[in-house]
Amino acid sequence: MNNVIERKLALSHMSVAFTAFILACFLGEYQVFERSGLIESLGSPTVYFASVSTHGVLMAYVLTTFFIMGFGYYTAATSLETPVWKPELAWTGFGLSLFGVLLAALPLLSGKASVLYTFYPPVQAHHFFYLGATLLIVGSWVWCAIMVVMFYQWKKANPEQPVPLAMFATTANALLWLWTSAGVALEAVFLLIPWSLGWTDTVDPGLARTLFAWTLHPIVYFWLIPAYTAYYVFVPKQAGSYLFSDEVARAAIIVLVVFSLPIGFHHLYMDPEQAKGWKILHGIGTFIVTLPTFVTGFTVIASLEIAGRLRGGKGMFGWIGSLPWNNTMVLAVILSLLMLIFGGFGGIVNASYAMNAMVHNTAWVPGHFHLIFAGTSVIMYFAIAYYLWPILSKKPLFSNNLALLQLWTWFIGMTILTTPWHVLGLLGQPRRISSVVYNNLLTLSWKPYELAMIAGGLIMLSSACLFVYLLYKTQFAKSEETYAAEVEYAEPLHAVKSLPEYLNDFKLWNKVIAIYMAVSFGIPILQFFFLDTFDSSAWSY
Amino acid sequence: MHIDPLESKWIQTALGICGLFVGLILIDAFFHNIHTPSNVETIDSASLHLSEEFAEDNLGVHRDENGNIIVRMVAGRYSFFPKEISVPAETKLTFRWVSIDVLHGVHIPMTNMSTMVVPGFVAELETTFPKPGDYPVLCNEYCGLGHDHMWSKINVVERDQWHATQQPSSGAIDNE
Repeated sequence: MNNVIERKLALSHMSVAFTAFILACFLGEYQVFERSGLIESLGSPTVYFASVSTHGVLMAYVLTTFFIMGFGYYTAATSLETPVWKPELAWTGFGLSLFGVLLAALPLLSGKASVLYTFYPPVQAHHFFYLGATLLIVGSWVWCAIMVVMFYQWKKANPEQPVPLAMFATTANALLWLWTSAGVALEAVFLLIPWSLGWTDTVDPGLARTLFAWTLHPIVYFWLIPAYTAYYVFVPKQAGSYLFSDEVARAAIIVLVVFSLPIGFHHLYMDPEQAKGWKILHGIGTFIVTLPTFVTGFTVIASLEIAGRLRGGKGMFGWIGSLPWNNTMVLAVILSLLMLIFGGFGGIVNASYAMNAMVHNTAWVPGHFHLIFAGTSVIMYFAIAYYLWPILSKKPLFSNNLALLQLWTWFIGMTILTTPWHVLGLLGQPRRISSVVYNNLLTLSWKPYELAMIAGGLIMLSSACLFVYLLYKTQFAKSEETYAAEVEYAEPLHAVKSLPEYLNDFKLWNKVIAIYMAVSFGIPILQFFFLDTFDSSAWSY
Repeated sequence: MHIDPLESKWIQTALGICGLFVGLILIDAFFHNIHTPSNVETIDSASLHLSEEFAEDNLGVHRDENGNIIVRMVAGRYSFFPKEISVPAETKLTFRWVSIDVLHGVHIPMTNMSTMVVPGFVAELETTFPKPGDYPVLCNEYCGLGHDHMWSKINVVERDQWHATQQPSSGAIDNE
């Protein structure tokens, strides 16, 4: 399959993604330095909060959105064995998103949008920031539309056939993103943009927070689904095995999409503007959405066990040693699952309705989400890049050993960085502070942990540089040798001959989501229109 | 459709784990009345100083006519008002927090006194501090460039010592 256009699309998107990533890594390391107070001259809240805002936007919105779009185009084309529908439209989406990022970068870098990536009003940023973020989302909607069209075109051409799992997961993610980004899009279009342009004088912070919460948690699953897709469709093959269960994988993805949507209020547990009944409802949903992760962990580990045994591993744990640890995809999935276990544990604590009060907005929270995001998800993005980059650029990977070293150092750095973060949270350190100026004995105990975080951050920064270096060397290698391998998707252990329609389509699930969303967000949003609420005027930062 | 028997056992186990956690939370919520701060009470942040409840001499620690201790606090960039308060240990306290400007969050480390202070809303919560001591009161939501400097102090004293140290002016009774 020649797919020049698809390769170019994937490479362009992923290049933007990883450029954002490496810039954000430098900002991250600066932040742990500044926070520790080790170098006095670095102490500047203005620079710190501009840096935190930029780091968050680059990592959470730019790296993820571009990576997911690039990965999606290539996965769709190769798993369906059909070219991307309307590539010129795909390039338009790419252009829109990139323009949005550049537009938002102007105020971010000049310190005119230090509102952090959660941009909670009534602190107001420059309108370019909100416009840019909105354009990034609009550009990604083009990708969603192309994925959905390709999914249904293929289904029409292949009636009764199971849609390839890779495409099923990718389309699920596109639909999830359409559903969830609607919240922040409504907030931007109806509240933030008119307000930042001066068309309206005031904004309702309660409504803004509720709309943001609509997007705030499912967005995490938008980032995570490509990692899970790699778990299911790449890992078993790379390990020399079969996917343990194709059907259960589909069910897990569906449960993930349906239940990830109406759970955003667990971010509002400590907020006064929503009543406790809604918070409990969303809290229960949060626990249900752990199910697909439990199931995914089982399926992936089972697939790995088969691989280990096929390679001669014996006994209860012997198969672990005989796995191909020198394969980047296999190593990455093992490290990724380890971080998911610890990150997931922290998440269950956060989600626990009343326990949340102890850790809410403390350093515990970034400790938790860095494990899930930079640990579980991004380490799989690395592995996907190591796997796809040679295929996309038709040049062999510069060095497999260095790639393995990069994955290990990322894992070690992440462990050293996030453990102190969790401890600091339990010791009451707030997140989002740039320095510790509290005249209190308690804060003395925070010091050693701050120093450990610098070390963890430095290891991660080196690892990130090595990653970018490896891709760069692969891309611009002078060798004449052409790398001719193609993407290989894992075969299920039991071939899927036919599927019930509810495991092969999203029509039913979209209806379920619509009802579920109307129930869980309908009244909580409408209340701001029938309550006697008071808006706030704009404040600088 | 094929589901391995081992897999279906695992799915049941996972369901059991989730059910256990949800069950514990619901028991705490409905039998022990442990809830999040969720009173959905609106207030105009721009005119707090003119409101009866949050007028200047009503802030701080007060006892209402039923003997309940109410602590009224205002958050504004970059401090909590009043700057320093004293409350009894092992006593039920009702905190009522409001913001005069932007979003703040307040947390007293090593306790469960934690709430977001959203402009336009009164955040109310009940808590009890088991141990006497000096605790910092920290803003934990980014509220502007001076955010790091936003903190105050709370002094938790032994229950039987508290009345002695109480200011006479704080004995004012509210008409709620």
